[in-house]
Amino acid sequence: MPANDTELAGNVDDAGRMLDVVAKSHPQDSARLHVTGAATYIDDIREPAGTLHLACGHAPVARGELRGVDLAAVRAAPCVVAVLTAADVPGQNMIAQAFADEPLLAEGRVLFHGQPVFAVVAETREAARRAARLATFDVVQETPILTIDDALAAGTRVLPDYDFVHGDATSALSTAPRTLSSQLMIGGQEHFYLEGMIGMAIPGEGGTMTVYSSTQDPTEVQHITARILGVPEASVMVETRRLGGGFGGKESQACQWAALAALAARATGRPCKMRLDRDDDFAATGKRHDFRADWQVGFDDAGRLLAYDVALNARCGCSVDLSVGVVDRAMFHAGNCYYLPDATIRSRRLKTDTVSNTAFRGFGGPQGILAIERVLDAVAHATGRDPLDVRKDNLFSPGRDVTPYGMKVDDTSVLRDIVDELEATSNYRARRADITAFNAENGILRRGIALAPLQFGISFTLAHMNQAGALVNVYQDGSVLLNHGGTEMGQGLFVKVAQVVAEEFGIPLEAVRPTATSTAMVPNASPTAASAGSDLNGMAARVAAAKIKARMVPVASAHWDVAPESIAFARGRVSSGNKSMTFGELASLARKSQVSLSATGHYKTPGITWDRDKRTGKPFYYFAFGAACAEVKIDTLTGEMKVERVDILHDVGSSLNPAIDIGQIEGGFVQGMGWLTTEELVFDAKGRLATHAPSTYKIPVASDVPADFRVALTNRPNSADTIYRSKGVGEPPLVLATSVFSAITDALHSLRPGAQVPLHAPATPERILMAAESLRS
Amino acid sequence: MRSSVRFIRRGRIVELSAAEARMTLLDWLRLRDAAVGTKEGCAEGDCGACTVILARMKQGRVVHEPVNACILLAGQADGAEVLTVEDLSPTGAVHHPVQDAMLRLHGSQCGFCTPGIVMSLAAMHQDAPRPVSRQAVCDQLAGNLCRCTGYRPIVEAALEACAAPQPEVPAARGVALTALRDEAAIFAGNDAAFFAAPRREAELFDLLARYPDALVVAGATDAGLWLTKALIAAPRVIWLARVEGLDRIERTRTALSIGATATVADAARELGSLAPDLAEVIRRFGSTQVRASATVGGNIANASPIGDLAPCLIALGATLELAAGNATRTLPLEDFFVAYKKQDRRPGEIVRRISVPLPDVAMQFRAFKITKRMDEDISAVLGAFAFQVDGRRIASARVAFGGMAGIPARARTTEQRLLGLDLDAPPTWPPLLDCLAAEFKPLSDHRASAEYRSLVARNLLHKALLEIAGAPLSSTRIVTHVEAAHAGE
Ligand SMILES: Cc1cc2nc3c(=O)[nH]c(=O)nc-3n(C[C@H](O)[C@H](O)[C@H](O)COP(=O)(O)OP(=O)(O)OC[C@H]3O[C@@H](n4cnc5c(N)ncnc54)[C@H](O)[C@@H]3O)c2cc1C
Ligand code: FES
Ligand code: FES
Repeated sequence: MPANDTELAGNVDDAGRMLDVVAKSHPQDSARLHVTGAATYIDDIREPAGTLHLACGHAPVARGELRGVDLAAVRAAPCVVAVLTAADVPGQNMIAQAFADEPLLAEGRVLFHGQPVFAVVAETREAARRAARLATFDVVQETPILTIDDALAAGTRVLPDYDFVHGDATSALSTAPRTLSSQLMIGGQEHFYLEGMIGMAIPGEGGTMTVYSSTQDPTEVQHITARILGVPEASVMVETRRLGGGFGGKESQACQWAALAALAARATGRPCKMRLDRDDDFAATGKRHDFRADWQVGFDDAGRLLAYDVALNARCGCSVDLSVGVVDRAMFHAGNCYYLPDATIRSRRLKTDTVSNTAFRGFGGPQGILAIERVLDAVAHATGRDPLDVRKDNLFSPGRDVTPYGMKVDDTSVLRDIVDELEATSNYRARRADITAFNAENGILRRGIALAPLQFGISFTLAHMNQAGALVNVYQDGSVLLNHGGTEMGQGLFVKVAQVVAEEFGIPLEAVRPTATSTAMVPNASPTAASAGSDLNGMAARVAAAKIKARMVPVASAHWDVAPESIAFARGRVSSGNKSMTFGELASLARKSQVSLSATGHYKTPGITWDRDKRTGKPFYYFAFGAACAEVKIDTLTGEMKVERVDILHDVGSSLNPAIDIGQIEGGFVQGMGWLTTEELVFDAKGRLATHAPSTYKIPVASDVPADFRVALTNRPNSADTIYRSKGVGEPPLVLATSVFSAITDALHSLRPGAQVPLHAPATPERILMAAESLRS
Repeated sequence: MRSSVRFIRRGRIVELSAAEARMTLLDWLRLRDAAVGTKEGCAEGDCGACTVILARMKQGRVVHEPVNACILLAGQADGAEVLTVEDLSPTGAVHHPVQDAMLRLHGSQCGFCTPGIVMSLAAMHQDAPRPVSRQAVCDQLAGNLCRCTGYRPIVEAALEACAAPQPEVPAARGVALTALRDEAAIFAGNDAAFFAAPRREAELFDLLARYPDALVVAGATDAGLWLTKALIAAPRVIWLARVEGLDRIERTRTALSIGATATVADAARELGSLAPDLAEVIRRFGSTQVRASATVGGNIANASPIGDLAPCLIALGATLELAAGNATRTLPLEDFFVAYKKQDRRPGEIVRRISVPLPDVAMQFRAFKITKRMDEDISAVLGAFAFQVDGRRIASARVAFGGMAGIPARARTTEQRLLGLDLDAPPTWPPLLDCLAAEFKPLSDHRASAEYRSLVARNLLHKALLEIAGAPLSSTRIVTHVEAAHAGE
């Protein structure tokens, strides 16, 4: 298997035509600008004269009644121009999407430690930050509900409990030959996008506002900002050229900062910028939901699963935010790729006095999957079988292919083939034998290996969000401007969609210029999320380009007096027989022929029929599959751990851009590995986040990534009719990191074969050592 | 006496006022120099997005050190050339080999970490002896976080770029840096607000006496955060690094003596030569950027209970020299630490040097730095052990820990009980190990629980004894020195 190959030869489209631009490894659209430092992020935009800066005053307690804030010293501080509170909001003081449960600035009650209470607007950022610390809060402090256990004890919820009931798990559990039950704690995760939250607002004439926001959802920023300012959405224009990372953290959570900048710009009449200090970003923005999975499983002596009952207790924080979708997705993925004849998937969406948890790459899916992967390991340990064999025996297969939410999985052979191939290419069996022998020596160091399969549903589970728009303009020199509702956060969306447009017009990629996402160019877009960015925007852009092409064809056919069907677009030229001209010449001719060279395209994913209340229908257009084999070494005296080797085989359908896809797989995997190993969120007894910066919150560094890291793509066309038969790749690879967690579990299991391994996530050195201690005692 | 700070920027000598000299170098670059290629990701030295290169003359040659501009005061660039990502490709075209390899191998995704990574790697490309190993690249990048790529393409880009021979340093750079050099003390500003960099100890003591409330910085890897995070007001700043002789590193027949302002990077080779485990601790101390700025004296003087050098040097029997005016005194390093954040340091007194007796061949030294993440992380516990072995028995022992108390501390009871321990009788060890666990009452915090700290401390002593008794490192460590050793060094 070629290591991390970036070239795949011979991709063709559905008509069997060789592809010129698509399916090739083009660099990320801004790669040149990145490496030269010339890519402009919002903080790099040359500030208009008179720009002011904001800093927030944050709540000093987690829960309580906010009686008032003495802002006299803040107002009197040097260079302060204005201080804004909830009372200064002309529209609605609300950043929540649907549930009206979270204000822009605290009012009446404190919802979490670090909640923005007021905003200082000053001549410099430093002056604003200094002034923000001078306030005196009058808060009647109450005992906060912080943890999952606290919330379960107090019975607090942000939403009603919601279950999937498939068959009768209760009676199946009672009749199963063997059962196990336990709990798994699953930690949250801070996004740590390298570019912190930022928004800049420039007031315009007649109450208009131009907002630059580092957001995955410009439309939502526009919506919230307009609501806060009390102006029509048409008066607010939001633009996003690029994000310095998003990972879900800048989906709903980016709105607040852009809206604050806009509020300040409205109040002062001057351009305003709000860039959070990293510590404030940690404290005041949502994270991946932490979960406690309470599970019971029934199985036979061969380790075949018969019944599964799991309660997914999710800490949602102080408001709903995106917890409907996040916890639903955890439920959809609670069975991963395994057939569960009888299953009850329960969810509890717990309300705590902590920052509202939000989208994070995988959107709950990883938590649901980690729980069942733990179950598979436990069943293997109980039956004394190799965990890989137990996994393979429980994969979906024809006839055993319906999920607990009732959707039939058609492509079961894809994953089976992936697992078989990876088992062979990773040399799993020989390494397993070697590791067993190593561990038999009873040394301090233990090794572990695990091969974990993955099945991830692609589509927004909120059906109406599965749509996208694009705008394509062809200019008379043949250059093409591309705009769509998707945002570029590093995932390579812009280059992929540009490839699609270039392919459609038969022009080189360089002729297509992707431009900043803008609510003025493409309105009412969905957030760039759910791994659906290129599926949706790629299709929309192709529709737009195809419209223009369809208008250009008659121009050429009239010009040459040939049949329209004879006209071909390829390699920058338009030709028919031996007649040919450049794409630009045709564009110029079309303009002279009074033909419009601008078109919008719209796309909606077909066949998404999920009805949440009835729990019926199809929530996903298709599944992405993959598998990873990880090997680790642990030190049972200290709990230190090293990942020694990782092999991944992942399904991206027919890749639009292999280099970009491999980048997503590697990056996602490493991010998932961080979530499950070193990234630990610690809240103190007062509800203050103690790990509030990279000094204390540890994401992976280069040396954490194994030197032996082999990634390959299946390159097998998607059976669903997606853009060039590709598949979404943003989120699924993150989940492949469950292989690392299982490999650590495997290494620990060698200390006491047959026992359940009491390891919780993240598997920090402390957790690993404590698990080892408990197994040894 | 010079009244401004001077450094070279884009071929010109820049002069900074006192106010500018007290800004962070990152703010100066972004807000005053319009050099926005350099990013802020954390403002505390941990992410590397702000990495720039300081080129300086050291021992007659130009060295290129990556530093965290976010916590470095602009004044600390005095005498250097400040190189940023913009300087690698002045025409806008990609032309530095590191940039070229990063582009070809898809080393950027969102791109926000990229300028800092490019600068870290450019420093390595310029200064690292060939061949450059993967481990060396990972060490160079320990202070550069990337949240998108998973690092694989970045590491490969580094290896590819550094496969070429080391380039010549542009001759003009050495000439310009030499021309910039002077012997003057710096005092920019006035009584109320200044940036001062004395040249002689006497001048330093004068300043300290006159301005007892001034913020004294050496590398500012601790103090920088007081400015960017705690937002302390520090109108008066005294920078130690220009004081002549205060950074001298000397080796006599019996001791290694390190001047307080020697950077951890500059002291690494000599300190590391004392014991492989000390070299390993230093390899994992902060990051390349942090070690380039952080000083040995600062690591002692800041009185942190979790500083890495103190426990190691205590175990090695180091002594500390303090000075104020003409008065000098020397004390065992462990005596300097009195209580949490309280040291035996008198007003106006500075840490001048630290002296480490050269270990004799019979000495066995072990140190273990325990962290949540292997690289670039503050220790939860650091255990350091120095044993003399007589036959198969322990003849003397010094055991010191960081992270187990409010100060770096010796385990004196355990040390006593170790005497005479039979290395061939591991079944007799447990009571001794329990004794160690009972000797400290560590705290629980976000790095580790008290329970874990106690258990690990006990286990580290166990591990040290196993190793000294003869267990091969490959059976006791998941990362051994062999793996960590840099090719080319
Ligand atoms: C990202 C990051 C990672 C780090 N990782 C580690 C690590 O792994 N291990 C570790 O031990 N530390 C680590 N540190 C902490 C820090 O780098 C060290 O403590 C460093 O050695 C401090 O030296 P400095 O010269 O930068 O001190 P400064 O910040 O300049 O000064 C710190 C304090 O010491 C005083 N001081 C400095 N020199 C003297 C002197 N000669 N006499 C009297 N007082 C003096 C100053 O006045 C100030 O109060 C890390 C820091 C950062 C930012
Ligand atoms: S900004 Fe993160 S290290 Fe400087
Ligand atoms: S490319 Fe996004 S952080 Fe490195």
